Amino acid sequence: MNPARMHRRDFLKLAAATALAGGSGALGARIAWAAAPAANYRNLLVLIELKGGNDGLNTVIPYADPTYYALRPKLAIAKDQVIALSDRVALHPALEPLMPLWRNRELAVLQGVGYPEPNLSHFRSIEIWDTASRSDQYLQDGWLSRTFAAAPTPSGFAADGVIIGSPDLGPLAGGGTRALALSNTEQFVRQARLASLEGQARSNKALQHMLKVEGDILQAASHLSANRAFATQFPNNGFGNAMRTAAQVIANQAGVAVVRVTLSGFDTHSGQPGTQASLLGELAAGIVSLKGALDEMGKWNDTLVLTYAEFGRRPKENLSNGTDHGTSSAHFALGGRVAGGLYGEQPSLDRLSGDGNPAFAIDFRSVYATVLERWWSVSSTTPLGGRYATVPIVRA
Amino acid sequence: MDRDLKQHPVTVGFTGRVNSPLDFCVVGIVGTRGNANLVTLAIHQLILLRRLLCLAAAACMMLAAAQSRAAPGAAHAPLGYDDARHLLNRVGFGATQAEILRFAPLSRGQAVNALLGDARAAATTPPPAWAAGTEPLRYPRAGQKATDAEKKMFQQEQVREGLELRGWWVGEMLATPSPLTERMTLFWHNHFVSSQQKVKLAELMYRQNVTLRAHALGNFGVLLHAMARDPAMVIYLDSVQNRKGTPNENFAREVMELFTLGEGHYGEQDVKEAARAFTGWSLDRSTGQFVFRPLLHDYGGKTVLASTGNFDGDEVLDILLAQPQTAEFITRKLWREFVSSEPDPAEVKRVARVFRDSGYDIKVALHALLVSEAFYAADNRATLVKSPVDLVVGTLRQFDMKPGQTLPFAVAAAGMGQNLFSPPNVKGWPGQNAWINSSTLLARKQFLDRLVRADDGVPPREEPAARMQPVAVDAMTPAPKQAILPTGAQDPDKIREIVFRRNMERALDRVAFDSASWFAQLGVTPQSNARSQAATRMLLATAPQIAPDPDIASAALVRALVLDVSYQLK
Repeated sequence: MNPARMHRRDFLKLAAATALAGGSGALGARIAWAAAPAANYRNLLVLIELKGGNDGLNTVIPYADPTYYALRPKLAIAKDQVIALSDRVALHPALEPLMPLWRNRELAVLQGVGYPEPNLSHFRSIEIWDTASRSDQYLQDGWLSRTFAAAPTPSGFAADGVIIGSPDLGPLAGGGTRALALSNTEQFVRQARLASLEGQARSNKALQHMLKVEGDILQAASHLSANRAFATQFPNNGFGNAMRTAAQVIANQAGVAVVRVTLSGFDTHSGQPGTQASLLGELAAGIVSLKGALDEMGKWNDTLVLTYAEFGRRPKENLSNGTDHGTSSAHFALGGRVAGGLYGEQPSLDRLSGDGNPAFAIDFRSVYATVLERWWSVSSTTPLGGRYATVPIVRA
Repeated sequence: MDRDLKQHPVTVGFTGRVNSPLDFCVVGIVGTRGNANLVTLAIHQLILLRRLLCLAAAACMMLAAAQSRAAPGAAHAPLGYDDARHLLNRVGFGATQAEILRFAPLSRGQAVNALLGDARAAATTPPPAWAAGTEPLRYPRAGQKATDAEKKMFQQEQVREGLELRGWWVGEMLATPSPLTERMTLFWHNHFVSSQQKVKLAELMYRQNVTLRAHALGNFGVLLHAMARDPAMVIYLDSVQNRKGTPNENFAREVMELFTLGEGHYGEQDVKEAARAFTGWSLDRSTGQFVFRPLLHDYGGKTVLASTGNFDGDEVLDILLAQPQTAEFITRKLWREFVSSEPDPAEVKRVARVFRDSGYDIKVALHALLVSEAFYAADNRATLVKSPVDLVVGTLRQFDMKPGQTLPFAVAAAGMGQNLFSPPNVKGWPGQNAWINSSTLLARKQFLDRLVRADDGVPPREEPAARMQPVAVDAMTPAPKQAILPTGAQDPDKIREIVFRRNMERALDRVAFDSASWFAQLGVTPQSNARSQAATRMLLATAPQIAPDPDIASAALVRALVLDVSYQLK
C-alpha cells in the first residue's frame, strides 16, 4: 500500500502499535497486512435482512419432493403455481420479477445456509449471524466491523457502511466502524445541519463516541447526494423507499463499502401464505428497482446483493396456517458479476433433526468468506475467526 | 397438604442463610407453614413486614456506610451547587434550580437520605381506566377459533391501550415528587425485562409496572420472587409452556444469566434442573393472575448450584439469592446506572457485601453508591449518556414545560430508541454508547431543536384531545407497514398511522417554552453577563464543546447549549 494513500486511522493505529507494543510483534503483523493486496471496497455489498426468519422452504421450493407436500398439507405451494428453476427446485410465484435475472445468470440461489448447533431465538440467532460467531460463542463486534478494523476502507469514503431504516447496526456494530444509520437521505442531510464539528474528548469515552458519531454524520452528509433523480421507478412502499434511499446513498461519489436494508415481517407463525407472498413480492420488486438504479449509475457489475436472516422456518407447518422457528434456509446472491445458478443442497426433508429441522448445506460464514476473499480481496480468517471455504458465486 | 401449600407464594425467606433478625423472622414464619389460607393472607403482610424491617435495618446500614466510607471532610460538608446538581441529575430527571438550591446545603448523607425518604411505592398519576382490572381480560378466542377480524380487533385494542400506558408512564415521570422512584422503576423494567411485543396485553404490562414500582426501592429478593410469578413475565419468558416432562428453559436460563448471577456463574445443567423447579408456574387466562398448576409441576429432586433437594421455584430463587455473585451482579448494574460505565471491582465488592448483608435492601445499596467517593469523582462526571427517556423527561422538567398530552413524548423517546414497555429483547436496552448512532443522535438534536424553538412569543395552542387518539396500527414500530397494498389500493391503517405520527410530531411544537422566565428563576436577568455562565452550569455536566457566543439572545443561548453534545451527558 502506498503510504501516501494510507488511511489516517491506519496511521494512528500503526503509530499506536509502535508506541505501545514497543516490539516487533504488533508492528510486524501490521506490515505483513500492509503488504497484502489492496482491498477492493469499490465493489459494493448490499445486504438485505429478511427480519423475522423467512420461510426458505416456500421461497426456494423442492417441488419434486413428496415429503414437502406431506409436511405442508395447507401451506405447500402447488406444483402448477411454482416457477421451476430445475426439475427439482422452484421459486415462489411472487418472485417472478427476479426471473429475468435468473435467465441472465445473475441470480445465485444458495440452498441450506445455516450453522451447527442452531439457536432458535430470534435475538440470539441474529446475533450469531451478525457477529459470525459459533453457536456457543459471544462476540461483541459485527463481522463487518471486524473486517474494517483489520482492513480499513479508504479514508475518503463517505462511511464504511450505511444502515437504512433500522435502529440496530447489526454486522456493523461495535469497533471503530464508521457506520451510519438513516432512513431517508433528504431528512438525513437536513438534520445533519444540527451536527457540528465539535471539540476533542480526551478521556471521556462517552463524549469521544458522540464526537465520532457527529464526525461520521458530517463526513457522510458532505458526500451524500440527497436529490439524485432516477428514471427507475421504485415501488411505493416501505421497502421500495428503502431501496431508493440505498440507491441515493450509492450514488455518492465518495463511496461506501456496504449498505444494509431490512425487510421485516417474516415471522409468520400464523396466516403465512398472504403475508409471505406480499413480502416476497416486495423483495423482488425492490431488488429489481435497485438493479435499475444501479444500471443507470453503471454500478450493477460492481454490486453484490445478498439476503440473510436469523433462521429459516420449520418444514412441518403448524396448526395456525403458519410455521415456527427453524434453522437453515435459502438465500439469494445477485449482481452483474454473480455466477448465477443453484448452490448448496436441497434440504433432506426425510432426515430432519429431533426438533424437526433440516441440516445445513452451506455454513453462513462461507458466504461471508466469499464476500471477503472473492469480492473485496481481504483476508477472511481474522474477521471470521477461522478459515471457511468460499462459494464460487462471483465471476472474475 | 404440603403440596397444596406450594400453590401459594409462601417462600420469601432466603434458604440456608439466616444472618439478620429480618431473615430469621421471615424464615421463622414461613417455617411454621400451617393453614394454607393463613399463609396466603400472611404473604402480603410478610412482604410489608419485611420491607418495614428492611427500612429499619437500612437506617443503621446507611449510617454505618456513610461513616465508614466517605472522606471525612466531604461526608459532612454541604454539597454545594455543582454536587447537588450532579446528584439530582444522576438519580432523577433534569434537576431544576429550585431542587438544586434545596439540596445544596445538605451533606452527602443527608441528601441521599432525603431522596430515599421521598421514595414512593405507588404512582401519583391515575392509570388509564382499563387498567383498573375490574373486568376479565379479553383475548381473541384461542388458537384457530378466532376469526381474523377478532384477532385484528384485539391487536388494535392492545396497541391503543399500550400507547395510553406509555403516555401514562411519561406523565408520571413528569409529575412525580420522587423522580428517583421512576428512575428505579425504569431500571428494573430494563432488568426484569418483559415486552408488550410478546405479552400483548397492556393490562399485564401495567400490572408489572405497578409491581416494579412497589419494590423499586424495596427489597431485591422480594422483587425477584414477585417477578418470577409476574403474569407478564410468565408469558414473556415462556413459563406458561414450562411443564413436567417438557420443560421450557427460557425463564430458568434468564433468571440466572440476566436477573441474578450473570454469565459464566452457572452451568447448562443448573439451567435444566432449575427449569424443572419452575414447571407448573402458569397463568389463569380469565383473570390474568399467576396460578400454580400442581399437575404440571415436577416434584422430583433437583441439583442447582451444588444444592440438592425437591426444590420448587421459590427455593431455587433463594439459592440464587444466596450466591454472593448475585449481589455483585446487581451492584455492578446499579453502578453503571448511577456512577460510571466502568465499575470499580473493589468498590463493587464492598457495596455488594453491604447490600447482601442487609438482606438485599435496595436502599442500602443505593445509599452506599450515592455517598461514595467514586460517585462524586471528577473522572466520573459527565460520563453517562442520558437515555432517551431521561433526555425527553429531563428536558421537559428542566424547562418547566407542561405538555397537555404526554404520549407524543413517549413516541419521541421511542424514535430515539427507547420504546417504553417494549425493550428490544430480554437483555434490555444496552444503554450508554449504544444509545448514540447517527440516526438517534440526530433524532435527539431535532427533538431538542423543536422544543426550544417553541419560544417564539406566541402562546402555544393545546392540541385537541381528539387528534391525540392513538390509531389502529402499531405506531411504535420503527419500520411502518406500507400504505399501498399490493392491489394498489391505499391502506386505511397506514393512512391513520401517518396522521397519527404527524400529530405526534406537531404536538412537540405546542409545548410552551418561556426563556425569560427560565433565566429569571436561574436568578439572572436576560441581559446580564453572568447569564451564559449560569445557563451552562445548569444545563451541562461538562464544558460545552463549542462555547456559545455570550452576546446571543436568550432563546438562542439555550438552543446552542442543548444542541451541544455535552447536553447528552450527565
